[in-house]
Amino acid sequence: MRIPCPLCGPRDRREFTYYGSDDYLNRPSPDAGEAAWDDHLHLRANPAGETHDLWYHEAGCAQWLRVHRNTVSHEIYGAELVAGRKGDAQ
Amino acid sequence: MPELIAKPALDHAPLIHGACRMDPAELGPITSVALYPGQEKAVAKVLKPLGLSFPAPNSLSANGPVQLVWTGRDQAFLIGGEAPEFGTAAATTDQSGGWAALRVSGDAAAEVLMRQIPLDLRAQAFPPGRAVRAPLGHMSAVVIRDEAGFLILIFRSMVRTAWHEIETAMRSVAARV
Amino acid sequence: MRIAGRGLIDRNKPVSFTFDGKSYAGFKGDTVASALLASGVRVVGRSFKYHRPRGVLTAGAEEPNALIEVHGATNQTPNVRATVQEIFDGLNTRSQNRMGSLRWDLLAVNDLMAPFFSAGFYYKTFMWPRAFWEKLYEPAIRRAAGLGRLSGKHDEGHYEKAFAFCDLLVIGAGPTGLMAALTAARAGADVILADEDARMGGRLLSNGETVDGQPGLSWVGQVLAELGSLPNVRLMPRTTVTGAYDGGIYGALERVGLHKSARPDLPREAFWRITARRAILAAGALERPIAFPMNDRPGIMMAGAVQTYLNRYGVAPGKRVTLFANNDGARAAARDLMAAGVQVAAILDSRASASTVEDCPVYLGARVTNTTGRHGLRLIEGHHAGGEFKLETDCLAMSGGWNPTLHLTCHMGGRPRWSDELAAFVPMEGAVPGLTAAGAANGTFTSHGCLAAGHAAAEAALADLGLTPAKLALPRAEGLPYAIEPLWAVEGKGRAWVDFANDVTTKDVKLAAQEGYTSVEHMKRYTTQGMAPDQGKNSNVGALAVLADATGRAIPETGITTFRPPYVPVSVAALGAGGRGLGFAPQRFLTSDQASRDRGAPMIEAGLWYRPSYFPKPGEATWRESCDREVAMVRGAVGVADVSTLGKIDIQGRDAARFLDLVYTNTFSSLALNRVRYGLMLREDGFVMDDGTTARLGENHYLMTTTTAAAGQVMRHLDFVHQTHCADWDVRFISVTESWAQFAVAGPKSRALLNAVLDQPLDEFPFMACGTVQLGGVSARLFRISFSGEEGYEIAVPTRFGESLFRDLVAKAETMGGGPYGMEALNVLRVEKGFITHAEIHGRTTAYDIGMEKMVAAKKDCIGKTMAARPALVGPERQQLVGLKIATGTPPCSGAHLFTPGDKVGREESQGYITSFAHSDLMGACLGLGFLKNGRARHGEKIRIVDHLRGLDLTAEVCDPVFHDKDGEKLRA
Repeated sequence: MRIPCPLCGPRDRREFTYYGSDDYLNRPSPDAGEAAWDDHLHLRANPAGETHDLWYHEAGCAQWLRVHRNTVSHEIYGAELVAGRKGDAQ
Repeated sequence: MPELIAKPALDHAPLIHGACRMDPAELGPITSVALYPGQEKAVAKVLKPLGLSFPAPNSLSANGPVQLVWTGRDQAFLIGGEAPEFGTAAATTDQSGGWAALRVSGDAAAEVLMRQIPLDLRAQAFPPGRAVRAPLGHMSAVVIRDEAGFLILIFRSMVRTAWHEIETAMRSVAARV
Repeated sequence: MRIAGRGLIDRNKPVSFTFDGKSYAGFKGDTVASALLASGVRVVGRSFKYHRPRGVLTAGAEEPNALIEVHGATNQTPNVRATVQEIFDGLNTRSQNRMGSLRWDLLAVNDLMAPFFSAGFYYKTFMWPRAFWEKLYEPAIRRAAGLGRLSGKHDEGHYEKAFAFCDLLVIGAGPTGLMAALTAARAGADVILADEDARMGGRLLSNGETVDGQPGLSWVGQVLAELGSLPNVRLMPRTTVTGAYDGGIYGALERVGLHKSARPDLPREAFWRITARRAILAAGALERPIAFPMNDRPGIMMAGAVQTYLNRYGVAPGKRVTLFANNDGARAAARDLMAAGVQVAAILDSRASASTVEDCPVYLGARVTNTTGRHGLRLIEGHHAGGEFKLETDCLAMSGGWNPTLHLTCHMGGRPRWSDELAAFVPMEGAVPGLTAAGAANGTFTSHGCLAAGHAAAEAALADLGLTPAKLALPRAEGLPYAIEPLWAVEGKGRAWVDFANDVTTKDVKLAAQEGYTSVEHMKRYTTQGMAPDQGKNSNVGALAVLADATGRAIPETGITTFRPPYVPVSVAALGAGGRGLGFAPQRFLTSDQASRDRGAPMIEAGLWYRPSYFPKPGEATWRESCDREVAMVRGAVGVADVSTLGKIDIQGRDAARFLDLVYTNTFSSLALNRVRYGLMLREDGFVMDDGTTARLGENHYLMTTTTAAAGQVMRHLDFVHQTHCADWDVRFISVTESWAQFAVAGPKSRALLNAVLDQPLDEFPFMACGTVQLGGVSARLFRISFSGEEGYEIAVPTRFGESLFRDLVAKAETMGGGPYGMEALNVLRVEKGFITHAEIHGRTTAYDIGMEKMVAAKKDCIGKTMAARPALVGPERQQLVGLKIATGTPPCSGAHLFTPGDKVGREESQGYITSFAHSDLMGACLGLGFLKNGRARHGEKIRIVDHLRGLDLTAEVCDPVFHDKDGEKLRA
């Protein structure tokens, strides 16, 4: 499997550390309540098909990537820098 | 008062096996330069008198012995020269002692390094002027291609392992001939 | 028997090797199989289950019978296919799976017991009594069944891993592959041509056909010469592509040194990971046997193999050969034999109508129903359209047709498609993205068709790659017809083998169907068909045809089992190449490493780092003596320890303080300039991630330290928090761990020692201060922090000065009654002071558990704060950090559990556990740190410590975890 790092180019998946769903990008506010936090940390869809998940290019540029891929066909549609997203003000 | 003696990371003699040679390299000062958000123009202004520009990913900017090597998003290493004052445009740290450098050269250099680095390092895919972050075995490295061959930057504490691993690859490639 | 004037072996280069201790002669270019056949050796192995004598069946990697052990100086490799192993001077091989000699195998008695050893025998027989399984049945079965033996020693051979990249990977260098590679190479594509054979050319090396009016061999030579001269082509002979993976990655096993005597540095095998933009599978086809009664005798071979031995190796596998086939193509073998002067007894064609015009008798509608000859074929019997026959023959060449070698197209879930016309499975298109099957691998069984298919496949690949094909005239070649009428099995009295490698017969397959294992996957597991080293290459299609027949279904309906990587057996040594020793884990050395070793310090691994355990002095017999002395030295005078392994992260920018406030539970924006603060970092789920000190070096400049163990994890976490939540903030950070060598100087005389090395004596420098100092003109950073509980400092210099400073500090310390201390003393010092490490913050403890809940600032948010406040993570039910004091006796160990005295010792009664312990001279006791339910309220209680693993049962007093200098007076001195 090769992941197209937006900075380094296509690289072997061994260079990356997997984290999980891109749900982790949407951190609830401290007072969002138990349900929101539980959902953020623990509840995950398990899609057969397209998914967005987070990979850390540990052996490369040290960037967190949001990878768009397919869990059935294993196709990788693309990857973007997490840091490059719009509206990421805390 | 003590006289502090500076010691190089590696004092190995150059090594030659077949068509590949490895030398410890002395690079002089290394300074990390990290742009703050939106400071591209300000940094370019500081670099201009040095004859350098901030490099695009996977490349470097060089002026004589001084080069600015891309090492990450909005980050580069200034190698071989003293860092200018960037003011509030960029954060800098002294990385000089933290990295050891190995020069790997010769016709078989790419073939040897492709035992350890999972990238296409052949000349057509990795011409002089390329500089990437890549693993060397399990070690994090900066791999630079210049006219003289490859320059590999590795954490100082691990450079003996890197030397050993590249030596092993040199020996096996040479033994095939 | 050698045939003069034939073969591609080099008759000027004789080679001598041994098989079962006996020396044999062959020539360069021979395999073990061809050289043994040339020497008249017929029995080369014993079968897996019945220990029947077996001979060479094939001439390739699919060989099920001729499996041998190769004995080298440093290796013993079992299950080597004699049909692949090239001979060289000094090669030492042995037959396998026998007890006694190969000819008189004692376990051949199994063959007489055959009626009892049918499919499912083990499942049915060794059920009871259960205790017999481990002691009796399994050892006996393992000894009787099985293949080659391992040496039981480490494989000291050298194996290599390597990476390669190309535009087009061509798998197989027969007519299809050569034509594809040539087409692509001339168009300028970056091509890798890999072939599992030592010599490229595929069937053109064996079938004696012509290409463009010249011998096929000459054409192969010309193409290889041109490919070899092109800089954009890499030829990889002896390289089997073993698997197709996501992203255009192919695994390939190269036999680098297996055909030569061992040389230092020369890898035995290399495992390649080839990344290809496009690939063409031109792996050819495999001939399949016919399951007729007693079809396993030495001398019964595949027809294509007989042709290969004749044309490629100049060996006639028999003096009087018979052909038994169901297709036209196989007749070429008989014709070539006759042309070479070898007698052909008859051609037995199973079809009712076919040509009878040959230079030998041809019988149609023929079936072989029995064979004779224990150690080699002597006689065959059967019937044909004209009646019954008996033929004396010492070699029976059989051909049941060909199966395209489509395995790689199935590696990503592709299912092959059945072709009635070919009576074979053909590849599913597009099953592996970027890979196209062509030629025989795609069901094209003529040389001309293969050349055309290779050319066309390459042109299609070039179009995908955006390259323009050069003009290239397609060479003309023969197009021998492939007319086939399927014949899978012949009825008769004797056993008819489907899977030679695992001794599976048609009867076993039928029994499986009869007992309900009608799915092909169940039949496979019940009979073990297809589970031997050849992975069913010879037997899969035949077995499922028999199953289809037994269940009354058609073959496509019956389906086929899944082909998975690897295509051929890959040694674990080759798969794991580069993953031993330093390739498994790099070694990280401190700048003080040599200085510590010079003092005789044993080094201990701490992650990848090597750190000194202790520094033995003359007269000290045990580590404890050294450790206790070093502890006393720090408490009484001064000690020096290298602490450079701690992670150091330089953080700068106008938002640096804001960033630290987000990742730490406590506040760093309020930290004064030139001051250090202890910080606690949580994971988002509320558990402790790491701790360490952070110094404020400037208004917008901080230096964070992490623990040695979590340095990588913390960096990843900081990157995550920054890039995810605040990428637009004015903050930048980078590891400076390797840039600074840092030494702890601890003890009442620490300031005096520092003053002895600093250019200017220390002025006011209170606890938790930091600043820049000068040493011999070098700028250093000084921090007043302590991990020992004594007055302590850490001094950091640029790494290149590390060794020099360490030697100097240690030398000067020794003049003050101090010296270096190692990890053991460091541990005792911190346990006495109740300082935690990752033994305590092991991922399941909260700030509350370690008594630091007050460090979670109320006024601001931080990572982990919300979840740390969950009701279950606070309160008396939690196991809380406590100290444990044990007066005398054996020290406890980490992992021992705590019980309330009088309670039952059980899992549910456990009140907690020990995480760290140390023998403390200072306290005159053994000290432990651990977690105890409601522990903070239980100081003064007695608690029972039980460690079943080490057989310990002790009593301890629960106390505050800080044993030494509770008020921190020494720290602040």
